[in-house]
Amino acid sequence: MSVVLITIITLGGLGSLAAVILFAAAQKFKVFEDPRIDQVEEALPAANCGGCGFPGCRAFAEALVKADDISTLNCPVGGTTTMSAVAGILGKEAAQAAPMVAVLRCNGSCEHRPRLNNYQGATSCAVAAALYGGETGCSYGCYGLGDCVEACKFDAMYMDPETGLPVIIEDNCVACGACVKACPKSIIELRKKGPKSRRIFVSCVNKDKGAAAKKACAVACIGCAKCQKVCPHDAITVENNLAYIDYDKCKLCRKCVEVCPTNAIHEINFPPRKPKTEQEETVKETAE
Amino acid sequence: MLKTFSIGGIHPAENKISAASAIEALPVPAMVSVPISQHIGAPSEPLVKKGDAVKVGQVIAKSSGFVSTNIHSPVSGVVDKIDDVLDASGYKRKALVIKTEGDDWDESIDRSPNLVRNISLSSEEIIKKIGEAGIVGLGGATFPAHVKLSPPPGKKCDILIINGVECEPYLTSDHRLMLEKGEEILVGTTILMKALKVDKAVIGIENNKKDAIEHLKNLATAYDGISIQPLKVQYPQGGEKQLIDACIKRQVPSGKLPIEVGAVVQNVGTAFAVYEAVQKNKPLFERVVTVTGVSLKKPSNFLVRIGTPIATLIEAAGGLPDDTAKIVGGGPMMGKALSSAEVPVTKGSSGILLLPAEKTSRKPVENCIRCSKCVSVCPMGLSPYLLMSLAQKAIWDRAEEEKIMDCIECGSCSFTCPSSRPLLDYIRLGKAKVGQIMRTRTK
Amino acid sequence: MNRLIVSPSPHIHSGDSVKKSMYGVIIALMPALAASLWYFGLGALIVTLTAIAACMFFEFVIQKYLLKTTTSITDGSAAVTGLLLAFNLPSNLPIGIIIVGAAVAIGIGKMSFGGLGKNPFNPALVGRVFLLISFPVQMTSWPLPIVSASSYLDASTGATPLSMLREGLAMGKTAPEIMSQFPSYIDFLVGNRGGSAGEMAGIALVLGLAFMLYRKIITWHIPVAVLGSIYIFTGILNLSNPLEFAPPIFHLLTGGVLLGAIYMATDYASSPMSKNGMLLYGVGIGVITVLIRVYGAYPEGISFAILIMNAFTPLIDKYIKPKRFGEQVAKQ
Repeated sequence: MSVVLITIITLGGLGSLAAVILFAAAQKFKVFEDPRIDQVEEALPAANCGGCGFPGCRAFAEALVKADDISTLNCPVGGTTTMSAVAGILGKEAAQAAPMVAVLRCNGSCEHRPRLNNYQGATSCAVAAALYGGETGCSYGCYGLGDCVEACKFDAMYMDPETGLPVIIEDNCVACGACVKACPKSIIELRKKGPKSRRIFVSCVNKDKGAAAKKACAVACIGCAKCQKVCPHDAITVENNLAYIDYDKCKLCRKCVEVCPTNAIHEINFPPRKPKTEQEETVKETAE
Repeated sequence: MLKTFSIGGIHPAENKISAASAIEALPVPAMVSVPISQHIGAPSEPLVKKGDAVKVGQVIAKSSGFVSTNIHSPVSGVVDKIDDVLDASGYKRKALVIKTEGDDWDESIDRSPNLVRNISLSSEEIIKKIGEAGIVGLGGATFPAHVKLSPPPGKKCDILIINGVECEPYLTSDHRLMLEKGEEILVGTTILMKALKVDKAVIGIENNKKDAIEHLKNLATAYDGISIQPLKVQYPQGGEKQLIDACIKRQVPSGKLPIEVGAVVQNVGTAFAVYEAVQKNKPLFERVVTVTGVSLKKPSNFLVRIGTPIATLIEAAGGLPDDTAKIVGGGPMMGKALSSAEVPVTKGSSGILLLPAEKTSRKPVENCIRCSKCVSVCPMGLSPYLLMSLAQKAIWDRAEEEKIMDCIECGSCSFTCPSSRPLLDYIRLGKAKVGQIMRTRTK
Repeated sequence: MNRLIVSPSPHIHSGDSVKKSMYGVIIALMPALAASLWYFGLGALIVTLTAIAACMFFEFVIQKYLLKTTTSITDGSAAVTGLLLAFNLPSNLPIGIIIVGAAVAIGIGKMSFGGLGKNPFNPALVGRVFLLISFPVQMTSWPLPIVSASSYLDASTGATPLSMLREGLAMGKTAPEIMSQFPSYIDFLVGNRGGSAGEMAGIALVLGLAFMLYRKIITWHIPVAVLGSIYIFTGILNLSNPLEFAPPIFHLLTGGVLLGAIYMATDYASSPMSKNGMLLYGVGIGVITVLIRVYGAYPEGISFAILIMNAFTPLIDKYIKPKRFGEQVAKQ
C-alpha cells in the first residue's frame, strides 16, 4: 500500500513541479504574434519561392500585416486572386498587378548560331560565363547549360535538346523570377502576359554591332532600327545596337515583326497570319 | 632533404620538352592588338587615337589608378583602330590595334647588349621608374610590380624572394631566362632589394632545373645578400604563399598579403624586366613565351612583342598539330583555355600549350566517393569537396566560414579527383560570389 | 581543324579514377584470398564467388530496375563489397544465407543511401552484422583450417582463439594458461587458426596494406591508429593484470583486427576526410574493439566498433578540419 502511495506522491509531485516550470517559462518567454499573420499565410500559395522578394511565405505574410500600404507588395504566384483575398483579411487595398510571365530573349539555337568550340567544364551557366563568352560567336546569348531550369521550382522550364535552349511552359510559369536571377546573361525577362497571352518581344540581347551579331547568329538583332521607325506607338527603343519593346506601350499591332530583317522579333499566341501565296503552293503540292 | 612547402601539393608529369631550346627573338609582326587591360586592377586609359603614329616603347595607354599601370607600344607604326578584340579573358575587350611600319625605337632606350651593374637611382626613383615602365608580375598574376614594392604604412619588409620555381608543367620560359640572362636577373634582384631597402634576397628554384641552380649559384657569389635556394619539385610551389613557406618557413595568415610576414615575392621574369627598365630605360613591351606541346614540331621559347597573335607563335614553332584539341594560354594547371588562336600575347602570357584530346578531355563526372584525396593535396589545407558542394548549393555564409577565399585556384583538387569532379570550377564560382558579398558588406 | 575544347583550369588530370581505386583494392585483397583458398579450399571458393556474384547482381538489379539509372557494376565497388563480405564470413556458410547478406549489404547498406560514396556505413559490415545477429549459430561455427580444405557445409568446426580465450576466462582459467594451448604467433601470422574466410593470414593482409599505401589508395592514418590504439590499450590492461588480460600481440593477430583496420575501417565513404579526423576515428575503433572484446558480450568487436565509428564520421568531419595554411601564425 505504502509503495503505491509513495509512487503517487513522487510522480504527482514531479508532474506538478514540471507543470509549474513549464507555465512559468511559457509566461516569461511569451511572444505576441498577430493572429492575422497565420490567416494571411493560410491565404498565400505556400510555394516559398521567394518571388515576392521575401524569404518564404511566412516572412511575406509578416510584411503584409506590418505594412500600412500593401499596394507595392505582390505575390506573383497567386496573382490578383490571392492578393485580393489577403486584402480582404487585412482590410487594405491590394495592387492590381498584371500577370507576368518569363520570356526567353534568345533564339540562338544550334541551327541559327553555329558552335565554334566545345565547352567541357562543369554543367553550370554561371561557371561557363565566368570562364568565357561561350561556345558561339555571340557572347550575350544562352549557354544552354540549364541554370534557369535548375532554379525553377514550378516545373515550368525544360531544356530542348534540339535547340539547346530552355523552353518556358507558360501555364506553369508563375513569374517568381527565380530563372531571371539564375541566368548570368540576363536573357530571361518577366514580361506582361498580355491579353489572351499574346506578346511581342525582341528575342535577342546581343549588343555587338550589326555585322558581328549577324555573323555569330542568323536571328540576332542587328540594331537596324527598322522596327523603331515602323512602330506607331513609340514602344521600341534601340540602344547599343539592340532593340527593346516596352510591353506597357506595345499595342500588339505586329508591324515590327514583319519588318525585322533577321526575324529577331517574336509574336506569341497570335492566330496565324494569312498564309502567303508561296506557302499555299507548297501546301498544295504536299496535298497532291 | 630539399625544402618545400608544408601542406599538400602534387607532382604532375613535368613535360619540360622545350627546356633545351634557347630563347629566339621572333620577327616583329605586321599587326599587333594591345589590350588596355593586361594587368590586375583598373584598365589603362588610351592616349593615342586612330591614325596616330607611334614608336616602340612609347606610352600608348596610361595608368588610371593606384593599382593600374602604363602600356607601351610594342611596335612602331600607325594606330589602325581601337576596337573590341577577343583576348585571353574569353571576352571581347578594348584593345589598340597597331599596324607595324619599320622598327623605330624610342631614342631613350639603351639597345646595347652591355651589362650595366652600377645602380645610380634611389629607392623612390626605382619604384617610380618601374611604375612608369608598366612592369607587372610576369609569372602570370600580372599584379603591378610597383604596388608590391610600396609596402603599406606600418608594414616592414625584411626579405625579397625571387620566384624561379616555374612549377607549372611544360613551361620553360623562366628556366631559359635564368640560363641566358642570369647576370641581368641578379642585377634586377639587387635593384629590387634597393627599392625595398632590404639586404637579403632568396631565389627559389625547383630541383628539376639543376643547370639554372648551378649557373645562378656561381654568378651570385659576386652579389651581396643574394642566395639560391634549390627546392623539391612540388606543385604549386610557385604560389606566393607556398614559396615563402618553402624558402623561409613563414606562413602568410589567411586573407593577408606576404608583407604580413615581411616578405615580397617577384618573379625572375619581373626581375629581368626591372633590370631592363631601370638600367636600360626599356619599358615592358616584349616577353619570353614558351610555345610547347607533345605533338608540336619545334617546342620553343620565343622573345615576342606584346600584342602578337598567338597563331604567329604557333606557326613559328612548326604549325598547329592536327591533334590539337585545346590551346591553353599559360600552363596546364592554371592557364586559360583559349577559344581562338587570334588572341594576342599579353604581359601575363608565360606560355602557349597545345594539348591533344586524350591529355585534356574531361572524363564523365562520377559521385564523390569521399576518398579525401582533394583534402590531402590542397596546399591551403582546405576541404575542396565541401567547398564545391557549398558553392553548388549556394550556401555562401558556410563557404566563407570554410575559408573559400583562401583558395589559390591551383587546381590540385580537380587534378587529383578520381571521380573527375569539377571541384575548382565551382570553388572559383563560390569565390567570386563570396568575394562580392564581402565587398558589399565592407561598403 | 576540329573545334577547340574550352574548359576552366586545370587542363590535365592525374588519370586516377574510381575504377582504378576499386581494382587496386581488389588486387590488394588477392594475397588474403589466396591464403583463404589454401586454408579453406572449396568452402572459401564457394563463399567468395557467391558473395561477389550476389553483390554485383543486386547492385545491377537495383540500379537498372528499381532506380532506373545507368548501372555502374563495372566500377568494381560492388565486387569489393562482395569480396570483403565473403572475407568476414565462415567458409561453411550456406549459399542462401550469403545471398541474404549480400542483399542487405548492397540494398540497405549502399543503394538505399544513394549508392557509391553516399553510404554512411560500410556496406560489407552492414551485411555481416545483419547475418551475425540473424544467424548466430551458423555465423559462429568456424571451420578448421587445412583439414576442411576439401569440404564445404560438412567441414569440421572449432572455436576461434578469441572465443576460446573468453570461455577459458569464464571458466576461471588464467590468460597465460589459455595462451599456452594456442599455436605460436607465427602460426597466427600466416593464418593457421580458426576464423572467417579472409581474416586469417595476417601477413597476406599486411602485404595488401603495403600495396595500397604504395599505390596511394589509402593513407597510413586509419590502420595505424586502429592497430596502435588496440596495442596500447590491451598492453596497459595486460601490464595491469597479466593473469586476466591477454598480451597485446595476441589481440592484434586474432579475430578480424587486421582485416578490419586495413580494409574495412578505411572504406572511403564511411571514414573521415581529414588526417586528424582519421586518427581520432581509428583510435575510436581501437578502443571500442577492445572494450567489446574484454568486457562485452561478443568475443570479437571490430565490426561493431567500425560501424559505431562510421556513425561518428559526419560529426568528426564537421569539427575536425584539416590543418589550414597559416593557421598557426594567425594564433600567435
